[in-house]
Amino acid sequence: MTTNENIIELKHLTKKFEDGFLAVSDFNLEVKKGEFVTFLGPSGCGKTTTLRMIAGFDLPTEGQILLNGRDITKLPPYQRPINTVFQRYALFPHMNIYENIAFGLRQKKTKEDVIKKKVKKVLDLVDLEGFEGRSVQTLSGGQQQRIAIARALVNEPEILLLDEPLGALDLKMRKEMQLELKQMHDELGITFIYVTHDQEEALTMSDRIVVMSEGRIQQLGTPEDIYNEPKNAFVADFIGESNIFNGIMTGKLRARFCGGEFECVDDIDEGTHITAVVRPEDVEITPPEEGTIRGIVSSVIFKGMHYEITIESGKNEMVVRSVHSARPGDTVGMRVEPDNIHVMIAENHTNYFTAEINSDFRLEYNDKLLDTSLTKIIKGSRRTEDGTLLDGSGDAIDPRKTRILVSIQPQDIIMTDHVEEGLVEGNIRNLIYKGDHYSYVIHTDLEQDFIVDDEYLWNMDDHVGLIMPVEKMTFQLKK
Amino acid sequence: MPVFGLTRKSLRIPYVLFLAVFVVAPLFVLIYYAFTNGSGQPTMRNLTGFFTDPNTLGTLCYSFAIAFVCTLVCLLIAYPTAYILANSGFRHKSVLLMIFILPMWINFSLRITALKEILTMIEGNLAMYPFFNAVLGMTYDFLPFMILPIYNTLSKLDPSLIEAAKDLGADETQAFFRVTLPLSVPGIISGISMVFLPSMTNYVVLDMLYNSTYIMGSLIGSYFAAYNWHGGSMIALILLAIICLFTLVTESYTEEDSKGIGGAML
Repeated sequence: MTTNENIIELKHLTKKFEDGFLAVSDFNLEVKKGEFVTFLGPSGCGKTTTLRMIAGFDLPTEGQILLNGRDITKLPPYQRPINTVFQRYALFPHMNIYENIAFGLRQKKTKEDVIKKKVKKVLDLVDLEGFEGRSVQTLSGGQQQRIAIARALVNEPEILLLDEPLGALDLKMRKEMQLELKQMHDELGITFIYVTHDQEEALTMSDRIVVMSEGRIQQLGTPEDIYNEPKNAFVADFIGESNIFNGIMTGKLRARFCGGEFECVDDIDEGTHITAVVRPEDVEITPPEEGTIRGIVSSVIFKGMHYEITIESGKNEMVVRSVHSARPGDTVGMRVEPDNIHVMIAENHTNYFTAEINSDFRLEYNDKLLDTSLTKIIKGSRRTEDGTLLDGSGDAIDPRKTRILVSIQPQDIIMTDHVEEGLVEGNIRNLIYKGDHYSYVIHTDLEQDFIVDDEYLWNMDDHVGLIMPVEKMTFQLKK
Repeated sequence: MPVFGLTRKSLRIPYVLFLAVFVVAPLFVLIYYAFTNGSGQPTMRNLTGFFTDPNTLGTLCYSFAIAFVCTLVCLLIAYPTAYILANSGFRHKSVLLMIFILPMWINFSLRITALKEILTMIEGNLAMYPFFNAVLGMTYDFLPFMILPIYNTLSKLDPSLIEAAKDLGADETQAFFRVTLPLSVPGIISGISMVFLPSMTNYVVLDMLYNSTYIMGSLIGSYFAAYNWHGGSMIALILLAIICLFTLVTESYTEEDSKGIGGAML
């Protein structure tokens, strides 16, 4: 159903709230007529704000929204041929189902007999025939969601906006509705713009996915593109499961990461800092002597279709998905086919490392504690009076053993001669003068490379400690 | 489960006692006096007398009129106030609300006395505008009781409902009349029931404003002052019946309406 005609164009869309929070910045997107586009990202990434600007509930600070080439940036919501399905359905509690669905048609002064026909038709579409006289309160969550969809669709909008519409449903219901929504989209030919934080939902339903983080588009592409060719470490980590390593190119089509040298297919200049991504299902476990790198199996979890095996190689950790089991404590080799290694230039040189929440509910790396609170690490979480940790949706969680992906910028790491003061220590392996500072590669005792910017000159092979201020770190839950 | 050796049963004893002494017993005394005459004989004269005496009927109508106007004025002032309060972007809404509720914390006789002084300054002779003064005094006294429940319903209103209305083609005004107003009816009704009934009987406000007109409360007062306990009890009983009727009607309406958005009562 997709045509080449752009139905909506977002140009340099920026939203800064009154409190100074930059929710969306320089957002550019063109959506084709009939497309199913999903905004995907963690909470607070700006996806809902972008949707609200398209709907007209929020006005952009800068930028333009074009609908069929016409500027609608400042048009109020009731003048836009766009309808929204709200996260919590937002059905009118003082009206029955018929009146709820008829609301939009009545605004357009549609004749009663036409309204009756259209309501009946759209109720058929969402599989709730004969629900006209029911009141909202008597419906289950799934039924209310269907009514919300019907109420939007009955107006025959040019674009249907869906704001995490399945978020409040249970898993089985959600799967069912995903398929039905996709089917509806195919049948009706209406453009869908869908917001979700659920990567699987996005991959299943969309024609194209916009991965967002901190108000910016991280990657825009088809589900296949985004899964197979993530553009940066954020996308790689957010979509599917992945092993992410900092590394460096050591030769033509050769990259060093995770304590070994791998062949790869991405042609990047020697000496370039890279981020390497390896999907768990792409790692092959071999006898120790045949692997590119070796490691010790630390845990094996049976997952039904496969085993999830965690292997420690030095202090790097590789998660492997395999149909064959392994025994914890065994030494194994690991091999990855060159075209299964996705190498990206580490454009911002962000350092990533994995820390773990220990049994005392403290974040730990290299046997040292990171002084921060769990509510800061796990977004949306809070503590109750008795100390239980609740996640964003209010469910109690036990964070122990949870692995946290910590990122820190090169300029935020401080090098010191007093190695014991650092979070981790290592040797300077590489240094490049970058005009106003030096960029160092420090190979730590945990077999990881850190990139550090410093204005002073240190010597090659100096043994240094790396001080990392906790307030400069960002945290992300590893799935 | 007993706590400190008390069972559920023993915990409710003081409550039952309180009810018996201060609610049930006075009610029976009231009924007894209403249907007896001076010599203790059962009679319906008090009842028929009320509905045949043009003076009492006139007072009833006058009370209704004052209560009606007072409620209407309260509603007209309170709704926009509550609406603005609930929708203000001001971070500390509760502070704004407090400013409107603050008069409730000052002793009511002090407030009315102050009002009397101001009115005397403006009008000279207070007896010139009895109806106006009665409505003004009661509005001043009861306004917070109208603002609070309306504010409560409005502030609990899910903003996405208004957004949904606009999304479906309603402009600001249409969204207000089709969604906000109908959904705030429970608040309006509890506001009305908290203003209308007291303003029919609260004659203390009138007395303090040197108001010589009679409302139901003053009528009862005058019967008792003249030692006609039987007539006074009957009027009190009739008022009680009116209040019961009113509450039944409004309650059934609010219950039906508040299912979706929670109770509006404080």
